[in-house]
Amino acid sequence: MGNHSDGSPNHSGTVATAGQNEVEKFQDPGLPPHRLRLADTDPKAAKRAERQVALLFGTSVVGTLIFLVAYFAIDLGEGADIATIRLQNALLGVGTAFAMLGIGTGIVHWAKALMPDHEVSEERHAIRTEDDRQAAVRIVDDIVDETGIKRRPLIRNTLLGAVALAPLPALAIFGDLGPRPDKALSHTMWAPVEGKLKRLTRDPDGTPIKASDVTLGSAFHVIPEGLNELHEGKLNEKAKAVVLLMRLDPASLNPSKGREDWGYNGIVAYSKICTHVGCPVALYEQQTHHLLCPCHQSTFDLTQECKVIFGPASRPLPQLPIAVDDEGYLVATSDFKEPVGPSYWERDEHERIINS
Amino acid sequence: MSASSTAKAPAFVATTKAGRITDFVDARVGGSGILREFGRKVFPDHWSFMFGEVALYSFVILLLSGTFLTFFFDPSMAETHYDGSYIPLQNVEMSVAYSSSLDITFDVRGGLFMRQVHHWSALLFVASIAVHMLRVFFTGAFRKPREMNWVVGGVLLILAMAAGFTGYSLPDDLLSGNGLRIIDGVIKSIPVIGTYTSFFLFGGEFPGTAVIGRLYMLHILLVPALILLMIVLHLFMVVVHKHTQYPGPGRNDGNVVGYPLGPVYAAKAGGFFFIVFGVVALMAAFFTINPIWNYGPYDPSPVSAGTQPDWYIGFVDGALRLMPGVIGDFHFEYVIFGYTLTLNVLLPALVPAGILFTIMFMYPWIESWITKDNREHHVLDRPRNAPTRTAIGVAGFVWYCVMWAAAGSDLIATHFHVSLNDVTYWLRTLFFIGPVIAYIVAKRVALALQRKDREIALHGRETGRIVRLPHGEFIEVHAPLDEYKRYKLVGFESPVPLPAVPNDHGIVTRKEKQRAFLSRWFFEDRVAPATPAELEAAHGHHAPAVEAAEESKSLSH
Repeated sequence: MGNHSDGSPNHSGTVATAGQNEVEKFQDPGLPPHRLRLADTDPKAAKRAERQVALLFGTSVVGTLIFLVAYFAIDLGEGADIATIRLQNALLGVGTAFAMLGIGTGIVHWAKALMPDHEVSEERHAIRTEDDRQAAVRIVDDIVDETGIKRRPLIRNTLLGAVALAPLPALAIFGDLGPRPDKALSHTMWAPVEGKLKRLTRDPDGTPIKASDVTLGSAFHVIPEGLNELHEGKLNEKAKAVVLLMRLDPASLNPSKGREDWGYNGIVAYSKICTHVGCPVALYEQQTHHLLCPCHQSTFDLTQECKVIFGPASRPLPQLPIAVDDEGYLVATSDFKEPVGPSYWERDEHERIINS
Repeated sequence: MSASSTAKAPAFVATTKAGRITDFVDARVGGSGILREFGRKVFPDHWSFMFGEVALYSFVILLLSGTFLTFFFDPSMAETHYDGSYIPLQNVEMSVAYSSSLDITFDVRGGLFMRQVHHWSALLFVASIAVHMLRVFFTGAFRKPREMNWVVGGVLLILAMAAGFTGYSLPDDLLSGNGLRIIDGVIKSIPVIGTYTSFFLFGGEFPGTAVIGRLYMLHILLVPALILLMIVLHLFMVVVHKHTQYPGPGRNDGNVVGYPLGPVYAAKAGGFFFIVFGVVALMAAFFTINPIWNYGPYDPSPVSAGTQPDWYIGFVDGALRLMPGVIGDFHFEYVIFGYTLTLNVLLPALVPAGILFTIMFMYPWIESWITKDNREHHVLDRPRNAPTRTAIGVAGFVWYCVMWAAAGSDLIATHFHVSLNDVTYWLRTLFFIGPVIAYIVAKRVALALQRKDREIALHGRETGRIVRLPHGEFIEVHAPLDEYKRYKLVGFESPVPLPAVPNDHGIVTRKEKQRAFLSRWFFEDRVAPATPAELEAAHGHHAPAVEAAEESKSLSH
């Protein structure tokens, strides 16, 4: 007998006495017998648990006090350094944590050690009864019948038409969320104004760059002349116009037909806005002449006119045609010959307009 | 008439002050009916049921800390020069939104703490929803009658991600600004309406001066209101269905076994709120999250290496990284009828997330169609007892994780000193074969665990005690299980494949054949639960050994 189970005489006969129809399956033995906790049988243990719960609630009070002291005693007046702020943050956090954990662990300990831990079983009820369902069907039928909507199709159809059209104003009223895109994305600040070519200036201070300052292997972050003086839309223009300027050995550049005069003495300028989704292509590997976008790792090869050699971008970075003016400063001879930044539906159309 | 009926009612007179107040309320809203219904309602208890609670509680913490932040935050993108107490950014040109975020951090006492509590609980909110959904999936809790609640949960996951993303962008710092830039790039890749959508969202060209204010409105009003509505629906359905329970002795589809709401369950659940809050407070105290003062204000030109979105956006960002823009000479961006179609952005941004969420939402119906199981289920499956479902879930999880890991491909490369390109090539490979391997491994592991359960149910557990029998044979003594433990191992269903059956017209439709094929795939590999007859046979076989064990026990005493 004892070989079959835990040895208690009440339970050991399960296998032998299984019902005739259920020989294929084990019978559910029902809920296991309840086991008493120490606190249920030993009043000392119960008292101990009670004190533990009270102690936990007490820690919560201490936590609240820590919070209040940290809030009022630490002064964030003029010249408070980051260390003071971090200290206050840590103390406020520790205070809150003690205050909350004290209450939380106290209640849970109370529930687990002292409240009744008898598992009880409750019947589930059907989610719906057939009686209710039939009553509901009757009610719906009556409602539909009383409206007469089935007998009067004219009412139904005109209502459907009216309701279908009614949301249109709600859509239309959002029309002023933004202006029409038009050709905004197809040009940048680099376009010469009244014949005056824009100088390449340093980002962010806006000082112009002399060609002689650009030594072999160096790279400059560049913004167009006049960007810092804009009062409106400065970031919008900057988001399109930022450029990377690098100087390579002219022999390593392989300009394609029509682009031979876009650089100057090995100095080339490319849009800094990634053609993938628009992050700044900020990393220049001087040795390999690669440009890397830190967001999604698109890699462009400067010696192949910034062709994509790795990563999710599909198009080369647009090149800015540059030259040197009378005073030796670098200038852009024209705007980009294609829209910069991430691709968009009308992009090819815009590119054709630029080049026509 | 009403006077006579009130006169007939038995007069209840409360004696204590609290009793009188309770009686006043009860007589006007009928509270005793509600209390009678819910006061002792039974809830099953299991540690894995707490993930949903964590989600609910972190939402409460989000509401509390978020309300505090709104008192100080100004969502304006107007230009200003910072003059707060953080010296390194003194006089730097920035937006009012960023400047007020810095003020919350450095000039509002406890502001940094509240920001950190808010950000940590937001991360926890999405994480706990995700883990809760994994629990629901792997235990089959989504089955009838809870399919609709599974869908509501999925909507909540999407809303939580939306709430997270709109909030992440608000401080207008360099990191979140680059996040918006990426969103702008993705939106622009949408055919036909992309450019317009971008201009409508940003109020013109990126970044414009409108988007922070708009995201703020979505973040503090629309999205939380929708989340609240969905939570109400979710909990309402939990009450209607009653909670599921794990299989075990005494538990079946007709009952619910657990603790009554009052006092044990309410105390445990209520206390747990404070524990969650306390843990979030500890994280906020000691782990810096989103140190916006290090990033600086948004500027389209700089970017820091190792940029990471919040974790829940990671899988989309990772998919964007994995997609090659060019394969050989084939460019994924091409011109069609004079318009630009940029599949290298569109595909990874929409397709993996689309597949994951579509399958997730439809899964309850897919499974019940394959299994033809229309019964109500209130007892959960142990994941091993539904090997194919578990394998599907693990495959999807691994697919998600591959994309998620890809969002940190640069960090993997720098931390482990491997080539970034190699990491990407490996992850691209895993994107396709990872889920397949995961499916096969998970299914085999589940079946092996089922066999182990069978073994233990029939032969008992290994005691580690080696006994030498009189004729010299050595055996290990197995201790038999008691019937409660055994029932947990054998009390499950192991359905067999359902072959195709003709419909009313006597025709086996193509759809039915497909279903039968899927049913075979679903249930072909199965381990049947041990039966009493098998146990009897096993005991007959092992009887001498066990007796010997008993003998040796008595000898050793």
